[in-house]
Formats: sequence, C-alpha cells, structure tokens
Amino acid sequence: MSMSAIPLQIPTPPPVERENYLNKEYGVWSWLLTTDHKRIALLYLISITFFFFIGGFFALLIRLELLTPAGDLVQADTYNKLFTMHGMVMVFFFLIPSIPAVLGNFLVPLMIGAKDLAFPKINLLSWYLYIIGGVMMMHCMLTGGVDTGWTFYAPFSTSFTNTKIVEAGLAIFVAGFSSILTGLNFVVTIHRMRAPGMTWSRLPLFIWAHYATSIIQLLGTPVVAVTIVLVAAERALHLGIFDPKLGGDPLLFQHLFWFYSHPAVYIMILPSMGVITEIIACFSRKRIFGYHFVAFSSIAIAVFGFLVWAHHMFVAGISVYSALVFSFLSYAVALPSAIKVFNWTATLYKGSIRYDAPMLYAFGFLGLFTIGGLTGLFLSALGIDVHVTDTYFVVAHFHYIMVGGAVMGYLGGMHFWWPKISGRLYPEGWARLAALIVFIGFNLTFFPQFLLGYMGMPRRYYDYSHMPEFQILNVFSTAGSTVLGVGYLLPMVYFLWSMRYGRPAPDNPWKAAGLEWQTTSPPTTFNFDEEPVVTWEAYNYEEIDAPHQDAPSKEVPVAR
Amino acid sequence: MQDSASVSASATTAVHDHHGDAHAAHNPALLHHFAEPEQQRDAASLGMWVFLATEVMFFGGLFCAYLVYRRWYFSDFAAASKSINMWLGATNTAVLICSSLTVVLAVWAAQTARRTLLIISLVLTMLLGVAFLAIKGVEYKEKFDEHHVPGASFSFDHEEIPGHPGEYANPKHAQMFFSLYFVMTGLHALHMIIGLGIFAWLLTMSWKGRFTPEWHTPVEIGGLYWHFVDIVWIYLFPLLYLIDRHK
Repeated sequence: MSMSAIPLQIPTPPPVERENYLNKEYGVWSWLLTTDHKRIALLYLISITFFFFIGGFFALLIRLELLTPAGDLVQADTYNKLFTMHGMVMVFFFLIPSIPAVLGNFLVPLMIGAKDLAFPKINLLSWYLYIIGGVMMMHCMLTGGVDTGWTFYAPFSTSFTNTKIVEAGLAIFVAGFSSILTGLNFVVTIHRMRAPGMTWSRLPLFIWAHYATSIIQLLGTPVVAVTIVLVAAERALHLGIFDPKLGGDPLLFQHLFWFYSHPAVYIMILPSMGVITEIIACFSRKRIFGYHFVAFSSIAIAVFGFLVWAHHMFVAGISVYSALVFSFLSYAVALPSAIKVFNWTATLYKGSIRYDAPMLYAFGFLGLFTIGGLTGLFLSALGIDVHVTDTYFVVAHFHYIMVGGAVMGYLGGMHFWWPKISGRLYPEGWARLAALIVFIGFNLTFFPQFLLGYMGMPRRYYDYSHMPEFQILNVFSTAGSTVLGVGYLLPMVYFLWSMRYGRPAPDNPWKAAGLEWQTTSPPTTFNFDEEPVVTWEAYNYEEIDAPHQDAPSKEVPVAR
Repeated sequence: MQDSASVSASATTAVHDHHGDAHAAHNPALLHHFAEPEQQRDAASLGMWVFLATEVMFFGGLFCAYLVYRRWYFSDFAAASKSINMWLGATNTAVLICSSLTVVLAVWAAQTARRTLLIISLVLTMLLGVAFLAIKGVEYKEKFDEHHVPGASFSFDHEEIPGHPGEYANPKHAQMFFSLYFVMTGLHALHMIIGLGIFAWLLTMSWKGRFTPEWHTPVEIGGLYWHFVDIVWIYLFPLLYLIDRHK
C-alpha cells in the first residue's frame, strides 16, 4: 500500500463525546486536587507557559537594549538583573520541567501501558512544589530580583551583592525538589508499572530518554540543592565556605554548581531527543535505525554528562591537567550524541517522509542541535575555549542546544501529541507556518551571536559603544528575536483556538505506533479500557503499513 | 477496579474500612493503579531506595566540601576536632546503632503480626532518636559557650595543634571546620527530626492496628529511611570527631 493512499487525518468525529479525563469532572478542585497524571501534565503546561512568557519578556528587553551600542534603555544594574532573571526563569522554571513534566507526565504511563504513575500523590506534590518555588521566584523578581547571573558565582553572590540571593536560591531549591520527585516517579514507574509484554527493548525511545533524564534529575539536583543551602548559610550566618577571605574556595562552589548545572543541560535535551525519535520514526514510516544504540546512547549521555562539568571552568584557575581530562571527556559526550544524529538520519534514509508540522520541528531540531553540538566541541577544545570564554559565542552555543534543541523538541512534541492531549486537531497550515517562522527567527537571532562572540563581544555587557562595529549583527539578532517571538505566540493562539473550534481528533491521527495511540483521544482517566498486552516491537511501522494478509485483495480472482 | 472510591487513597494512608468490595477483597490497601499488592510494595520500596540515592548525593556535596578543606587545613581541622566532645559523639553513635536494632525489630514485628512488640519497638526507636537529639543539643550548647559557633563572636585563639606543641591553629581555618560541623550535623539532625515525624505517624497507624503481615510497607520504607540517617552519622562521627585522635 502506498503512503499517499492513507488519509492522515480521518475526518470521522466520534458521534457522541465519550467520557475522558477532561470531561470526567469539572470545577477548580477537580483540577487542583487531581492525581491523574494527564491533568497534572496540563497543570504543568499552563504553569510553564506562564514562566516561558515571563522569561521571554526579559529576553526581549535584553535584545532591545542591545539594539544600539550605547546603554540607553536600562541601567547597568537593571540589565544585570534582566539577564539573571531571564536565565533563572528559563532554566529552572521552563526548560527543566518543560518536556518531562508536561509530555513526560502525560505520556510515560500511556506509553508503557500503565494506569498512572507509580506515585500519583507525589506527582501532584511535585507540581505544588513547582508552584511554591515559582511564587517565591515571582516575589523575588517583583521585589528587586537578583543580579549575579543564573550561575550564582561565589564570592560575589555570598559576600558582595545586596540582591535577593537567599530568596531566589530557596525558590530554586524548592523547584529542584519538584524536579527530583518527577524523576523519582518516572524511574519507579518505568521499572515497576510496565504492561505485560512491554519489555525493556520494546519500550519507546521516549521512555529511554526520560529514564536517562530522571537519573540526572535524581543524582544531580540534590548536589545543587545542598550548594544553595551552603550559599544561603554563608550569606545568613557569615560562614566562609566559598569566601577566599575566610579561607574558603570559590572554585569549590563552581565545581558543586556545575556538577548539577552541566548535566541539567542534558535534562533539557534528552527528553527532546526522545520526542524527536518518536516523530522521525512516525513520519518516515520506519523502524528506528539502531534501536539499542539510540536507547543506550541516552544512558551514555546521562553518565558522561556527569563527568564533564569542569569544562565550564577552563579559565577559572583549575589545573591544566584536570582541564585536559575534562576536555577529553567533553569530546567523549559527542559520541553518544552523534550516534543519535546518525541513527535518526539513517532512519530517514529511504523512508516515506511526510512534512507535517511535528516533522518540520524535528528537522529543525536535527540541524540546530547539530550546530549547537559541534560548536560545543569548539568550546571543549582548550585553546578555542580561552578565546571565546564569556563571549556571545558561548551564548549562541547554549541557545542552539537549549532553545534550538530543547524548545524545538518541545514544540514538535506538543504538535505531535496535541490530538491525544486535547482530543482536537490543530490547524496544520498555521502550524507549518509557525514551525518555519520559529526556525527562521531562531537562526536570525542566534547565528549572528556566533560571529559576535568570535569577534570578541563579551556576554553580559549592556553597553558596547566602544565597539560600534558590533551593532549590525546585534540588529539582526534583535530583529530575529521578534520573529521568534511571533513564532512562539502563534502555536499558543491556535492551540487555544483548536480546543474549541478544532476538528475532533481520531484516536490515531498519525497512524503512529505506540500504546498511547491505541487508546481514545483524549484518553479516559485510567488510560486504557483494559490492560494492554504488548506482543510487538517498538516502531513496527512496517507491520502497520503492510497490506493485511487477510485483506480482500487476496480474494480477488485473477481474471485476465 | 477502576472505581473512583480507591482513587483518593494515598500510597501511605491507604487503608479502607469497607471490606468485601470486589476490588479490595484481598487487600484493602491496594491502590487502583497497581495490578497486585506485590507490585505496589515493590514500587514503594524502590521509590524509597531511589530517594535515598538522592540523599546520598545531597550529603555527598557536603562530604566533598569537607574533604577538600580537611586536606587543605588538616592541622587546623585536627585541633578543632579535638575541641568537640568525642565521648558524647561516641555515645550518640551507640544510641543510633541501638535504634537501628529496634527498627529491625519493628519491621519483624509487623511482618509477624506482633502488634505489642511493634508498638514497643517504635516507641523505643523514637526514644533513642530523642536521646540522640538531646545529646546533640548538649554538644551544641557546649560549642556555643566556648564561642566556637562561626560568626561575629567566634574565637579559637591559642588552640594547640595536636602533636605539634607550641603551634597554634589558624582560627579562620578552624572556623571552616565548625561551619562544616554545624551544617553537616545540623542537616543530619533535621533528618532525624523528620524521621521522628515519620515514626510518630507509624506509631499511630500501629496503634490503630492498620499493619498486617500482608501490608506493612510504611514500616519497611520508614525503617529504610531511619537506617539511612543512621548510616550518615556512622560516617559523620569519625570524620568530624576522630581526626588525628590516634596520636
């Protein structure tokens, strides 16, 4: 059967809306006290979208300030707060919870054939912790904010700045526990709640990616939590743990901070890789190439990710020998990442590729993640790192990973699973347009920053009037950021629109493999009417698309 | 099995009084999203083990900081370590080891349906926990009186370095020891207090007779937590109290 014969969106709405997790109960308390992982995912979706736009607002102000060389829009102190709050909000309140807490929460039980996560109440608790942390962060921002950069480097954060370090730190501490509990829930759920027949090598790679992510959340977050405790204790009680004046070591702070905060990048990118794997398999109609390699490369990234933190400290005064080791190990992380990219590419090869909106985001991810990853290798090389440390080259690099990679995957996943989440189809034309706008806007914003950084423009400067030749690239970047902003607003508008006016989604609009597509759209509260039993491998697209052996075509008499 | 009555039951307080429901015939504590009690028990126990792994990392950051400064300022740390009361620390070690025994007894009593022994063991565990905190309080009081609490009134002048007569510890570096001492033992004490809260709740449940040989998971995972907090102390005691004691 050729692919073109399969209508992708079957326009047959169910005659009567059956009971599902959305219409089962109404009212505020049915949401605020829910233990349904799908409802909690939606609570997270609303909360992180809110923080995404807060962080985006800060980003827009930063870009506006940099439109002209002179520091004219805001004062230096305000600018310091702007990039700090942008980083803190985006990292701790958007990127880290984004895919795991929304799509992961929604999909992990569905994909493994479970009725819920192992600890539904702890799942709700984790959302409340996130909200408490978020309220503290909002309060901190509205009453003065923080100006240390999101990295809290000591001793500036512990002994010099007068901004609200302790409150921001506690907000992140609380949000960190929300992240730990999500990871704990996923690990236990994946170990103990799989449906009969759902063996480890039949798991969707989205699950493997979330398993690896959870390991990082579990083993990394407590370290940054205790580091924040030490910073708070040092400020409040005038201890000297990180203050060289009192015999402490600021480098120890950086070691402890990056021990979490480097792997935190993999908390953002690994789930995105999981999403991309699902999308590429579905829209190429092929089994993923090298399933086990893709699965174990997720674990390898989680493990290697813990061994590279000091590459953030090459110019901070660590020994050159340890820098060499960390440089080598940072190169080593490229191996599992490259395994993924090559396997995705091999999956595309000779696939029946469809260019629907999720796939456009997946293509965007492939290109942007590759650029982000390869420029990461520049930064792992000691010589080049010295040249571009603390320049816009670094800023561009990590935005290619964290925005170009993680956010592309997040948006791709939101489009891919939106019919399942909402029970409605989003407008495909608008979605493709938005994907294109995001891709163009992103590159226009961040590619000039590679050039700026290589030319020597330092990060965190609000005034570059001594170097007016940087302006033209900054104008490109600011223009791009407005395009990107439009690209991000569009999906929000048409997703909201589709909840009311979108066509009802069939159970499996993409003809995708995976248990989540075998239940109704949207699923019922307990996900499946009867417990699924898995007898097939993951990504069995050949079987799905194969003409059925018992189809009438076999019975057509041969008459010539 | 999918009725909403069982939805509201939590993993820990999950005991229904209504027996005889079709879905709860075997075990009233079985939650709706688990297929069988064994799966539920495994999940709870794995959850606690995973949580303890995060706790290892939480204390791990502190141990890492401790090891760095102990290596840098060894003789100052030795002098500061000599000023804290080894015998009180040793007593506390003994107290916690005894409490581990009573926890094991409590788990065994729950498994074998010995309600009285379960209650006695839980009470003993809590008493030992309170004794630990009381002794810790005495130690803190001592440090406070000696001006060994880091901060403005900290003083550690003319304290000899053990084994080096006539050489005095650097008060700044000794203050580093006390900073770490208070942060590490303070966080440990906080964990003890949380443990006492958990055990108070376990005691209430046992008093009501909620634990059966089939379902006593909270006793088991509460016990795991208690053992972990004990083990942290087993590492804290030699690292903080016994630096350079053999001389």
